[in-house]
Amino acid sequence: MEYRAQSLFFDGELTKHTVPALYDEFPKYSNQTIFTLDLQQVTKIDSAGIAFIDEILSQLELNPDESLSMNEMVRIAYNTFTSTKLKHVKTENKLDFFTQLGSGSVDFLRSIKDGIYLIADISYWSFVGIFNKKGQRKGSVIQQALFIGVDALGIIALLSMILGLILALQSAAQLRQFGANIFVADLMGISMVTEMGPILTAIILAGRSGSSIASEIATMQVTEEIDALKMMAINPIRYVVVPKFHAITICIPLLVTASTLIGIFGGLIVAVTYLDLSATVFINRVIEVVTIRDAIIGLGKSYFFAWVIVIIGSYYGFNVKGGAEGVGKVTTQAVVASIFWIIILDAINSLIFYFNI
Amino acid sequence: MKKPIISVNNLVAKYGEETILEDISLDIYPQEVTVILGGSGCGKTTLIKNILKLYQPFAGSVKIFNKEVTNMDEQEFDDILSRIGMLFQNGALLNSLSIFDNIAIPLEQHTRLSKNVIEKMIKVKLDLVNLSYATYMVPAELSGGMKKRAALARAIALDPDILICDEPSAGLDPLTSASLDELILKLKNLLNMTIVIVTHELASIHRIADRIIFIDNGRLLFNGTLEEAKQTDIQEVKTFFEVGRF
Repeated sequence: MEYRAQSLFFDGELTKHTVPALYDEFPKYSNQTIFTLDLQQVTKIDSAGIAFIDEILSQLELNPDESLSMNEMVRIAYNTFTSTKLKHVKTENKLDFFTQLGSGSVDFLRSIKDGIYLIADISYWSFVGIFNKKGQRKGSVIQQALFIGVDALGIIALLSMILGLILALQSAAQLRQFGANIFVADLMGISMVTEMGPILTAIILAGRSGSSIASEIATMQVTEEIDALKMMAINPIRYVVVPKFHAITICIPLLVTASTLIGIFGGLIVAVTYLDLSATVFINRVIEVVTIRDAIIGLGKSYFFAWVIVIIGSYYGFNVKGGAEGVGKVTTQAVVASIFWIIILDAINSLIFYFNI
Repeated sequence: MKKPIISVNNLVAKYGEETILEDISLDIYPQEVTVILGGSGCGKTTLIKNILKLYQPFAGSVKIFNKEVTNMDEQEFDDILSRIGMLFQNGALLNSLSIFDNIAIPLEQHTRLSKNVIEKMIKVKLDLVNLSYATYMVPAELSGGMKKRAALARAIALDPDILICDEPSAGLDPLTSASLDELILKLKNLLNMTIVIVTHELASIHRIADRIIFIDNGRLLFNGTLEEAKQTDIQEVKTFFEVGRF
């Protein structure tokens, strides 16, 4: 690049390999009076070279029709690759605060409406599906029950046992100081039956089955499998969601019961080894303090947790946007939302039973 | 006699125990449009992917730009790849990025060009494929044909020496397909590009092909110019040019 007689002369190659150096060199000449860019001696030019020339023209505020001197080869390349003749491309819309607020509110209300419709659909088809299996794949409930229930049993058992041990150990240290060792049985019994068993099971299922439900449905949505089902006159909720709903409804009380008993067993180990209580005393005390009402509360709320997992997983799955990235996003959102609503429902449940509303 | 830009010798490709390509030898010459033909599943895409080392060849050798690439180290091969543009069958755009950002990837990764220059290049390439209005859209918002055009814009972002297109016209309307052919010819002439295309579109072949490679059941059946292909006695090739399909 050379400056002479109010012109900037280029020679040799003007390609993606030479442009970066020329771009760095150009500021040296930007204060000069330049009327023409002379490209007569350019031997090779590509789209990067043309973009560079366009950039110089724009910085110098020159008109390409009047300021370029080109040989034939450069002229053909320029006519193909110049950005000066492009139609204005609309840039991304930046919405102002109030538009964003309004749009966000509308989206929120729409999501609530969609959620209510989905709950109604799932409830209706799940009830109908008990008596009429049409529109469901044969054996799908059993297949789902194996995945949601049997496959999850190991991890739920392990974590319940650890939780039982931790809970008993933490309380034992305090109870010993007051000679109230026996109350570890009360604590383990009531807390595992009414709270820890259901919520631990629900959180594991939200992470395990909730994510699987959301990603499976989202992938089906992205790959047009849901549309294909609709085209075959098959209701996707009935075909895909209802078997999961039935399976989780069957499995959740069994899993919660297993979690509760294993957690209490963890407490029993601590009571026997650390608090010098006999197993018989501990078990009798648990049976004495835990009422049928506690068991109903624990099992009852676990159904709601399970349904929340299926409904939220399905909602996010059906509302996926985009491709592979969208599937990942809705899976994460489904798990977070499921855990959030499980805890909110648990809080409401606690308030109801605490105040006997 | 021109020196080949891609030279394949005795290439064998396998998936597990199944042989997909058997003893393929062919040359692709610079500044020509070479069309690879063959029935579905005959190994056309496998051939391209083996040439580009997306699959490791079972046996044989591949030379690109006169360099043996089959056992070339990754870094050296990356330099070769930066001179090759590939349009995949389904576009293979990154779904999480806008079209603009998709095309920016090779420009940002393989050049030191400034942001302004890159932006101009992207907009020009999108204009070339008639997709300026989709600059800031994401792939999920585009139709199949639009995705293919966006992917072509990405493939030519670096003005590659070799452009490889796997079924570029599939899913496109005849007008867009014809304009794509025109664009391919323009790129070939303007940038002295070598173009390798897998296609079944007879009209497209007549418009752009200089050389035809015909593969059948993993074997090379014909390799010659378009004129030679039209006059050959090989039944499969003859049938294709007579009826326009396999």
